[in-house]
Amino acid sequence: MIRFENVHKSYGKHEVLKGIDAEVDKGQVACLIGASGSGKSTLLRCVNGLEDYQSGRILIDNEKVDAHAPSIHKIRTRVAMVFQRFNLFPHMTALENVMEGPVQVLAEPKAEVRARAEDHLRRVGLADKMDFYPSALSGGQQQRVAIARALAMRPEAILLDEPTSALDPEMVGEVLSVLRDLAEDHMTMLIVTHEIQFAREVASNVFFLDKGQIEEHGTAEEVLARPQNARTQEFLRRVTHPF
Amino acid sequence: MSPLSERIQEYLPLLVTGLWQTVAVTLLSLVLASALGLVWSIMRSSGNRWLELPARYIVEFLRGIPILVVLFYIYFVMPEIGLDLTAFQAGVVGLALTYSCYIGETFRGGIEAVDRGQVEAAKSIGMKHGKMMRRIVLPQAFRIALPPYGNNMVMLLKDSSQVSVISVAELTMQGKMLASSTFDNMTVFTMVAALYLCLTIPLNILMRRVELKMGASK
Repeated sequence: MIRFENVHKSYGKHEVLKGIDAEVDKGQVACLIGASGSGKSTLLRCVNGLEDYQSGRILIDNEKVDAHAPSIHKIRTRVAMVFQRFNLFPHMTALENVMEGPVQVLAEPKAEVRARAEDHLRRVGLADKMDFYPSALSGGQQQRVAIARALAMRPEAILLDEPTSALDPEMVGEVLSVLRDLAEDHMTMLIVTHEIQFAREVASNVFFLDKGQIEEHGTAEEVLARPQNARTQEFLRRVTHPF
Repeated sequence: MSPLSERIQEYLPLLVTGLWQTVAVTLLSLVLASALGLVWSIMRSSGNRWLELPARYIVEFLRGIPILVVLFYIYFVMPEIGLDLTAFQAGVVGLALTYSCYIGETFRGGIEAVDRGQVEAAKSIGMKHGKMMRRIVLPQAFRIALPPYGNNMVMLLKDSSQVSVISVAELTMQGKMLASSTFDNMTVFTMVAALYLCLTIPLNILMRRVELKMGASK
């Protein structure tokens, strides 16, 4: 469903992605892990053209992602995104945030979208917050609205860029449980995360990035429980035992 | 000299006609300047250099000319190239052109202050540039730009007195004429100042109310 073929990207002279090859199949949950600066967020943002890349190819079901081509708008409706800092529209209520894409971009009938948006908000546990503005919601609630906003587009895949990193610790759980729920429904997801325990539970594939390269990949069990690569071992030791 | 209350009664009708002219000039040029300012700001933040550069040069150019010179130019020079405007029209156009730059910069500041993440979120649901500006960026930019825009409005109202130099019969002009025929400078110009305050003070209060209301729904 999402395929990376020898993807290179650099900012000026600094090469951030040095030939990425990877594939995420339909229904899989792939986690990208790695130290900050390893290029994992950049890689994710290349998938929906928020960043461009210089060479190689990213394919969504055989359609090439090109951040500068008109086709990018269509691709973005197929691959939704959830941001670290939620990025909800502050001048719209939770419900309006969720309805915005389907109504304005997909031009779907409003009544139908509203019913669906309400379902999505109920699903993420926000039945009683639909008419609240983002500023009146906690971080965890805002991120759940953002997930509902992504779902409302009925995407083929969802990209999540460190979805719990900006949350207070007590709110991480509520967001992860929504994601676990989606994983059980076989929603295709590519998740940049530092939550190793979560990755172990829900990921079908884990990719470990280091300095712009995929150093190790495999099932969650392989990469996270029995890492072969010395850098993966070192990284996991640091994030699981920081002291 | 007749008692103060009588003189005030005598001057007031004339000054009030001037006041209405001031209101008319201000409102018309505000509408024009805001529309034009919006155009400049959208051009400048379009990311398209063929729109960006002309807007930038027009704004830089107009901002570099004193408002009096702009007014003289429109009123005295334009007729020579066949564009004959009444003093009132020339005054409105001159004020609108000059203030479109200030207001344009105010709007642009608002647009640029909108969080980058908002643009990314709008893009990530597949929005194209135009719709993103209309639905996501501009509504937030207006909120940010509202306090400085309120200042622009008050400044424009006060600068409308400048059109008296091309003989538009607004408040300042009426005051000047009245003062030179009665020599009662103190009464006349105190009344002129008070009448301006009758406009600017409510305007300031109104702007503060609107800001509070906008802030509350955010």
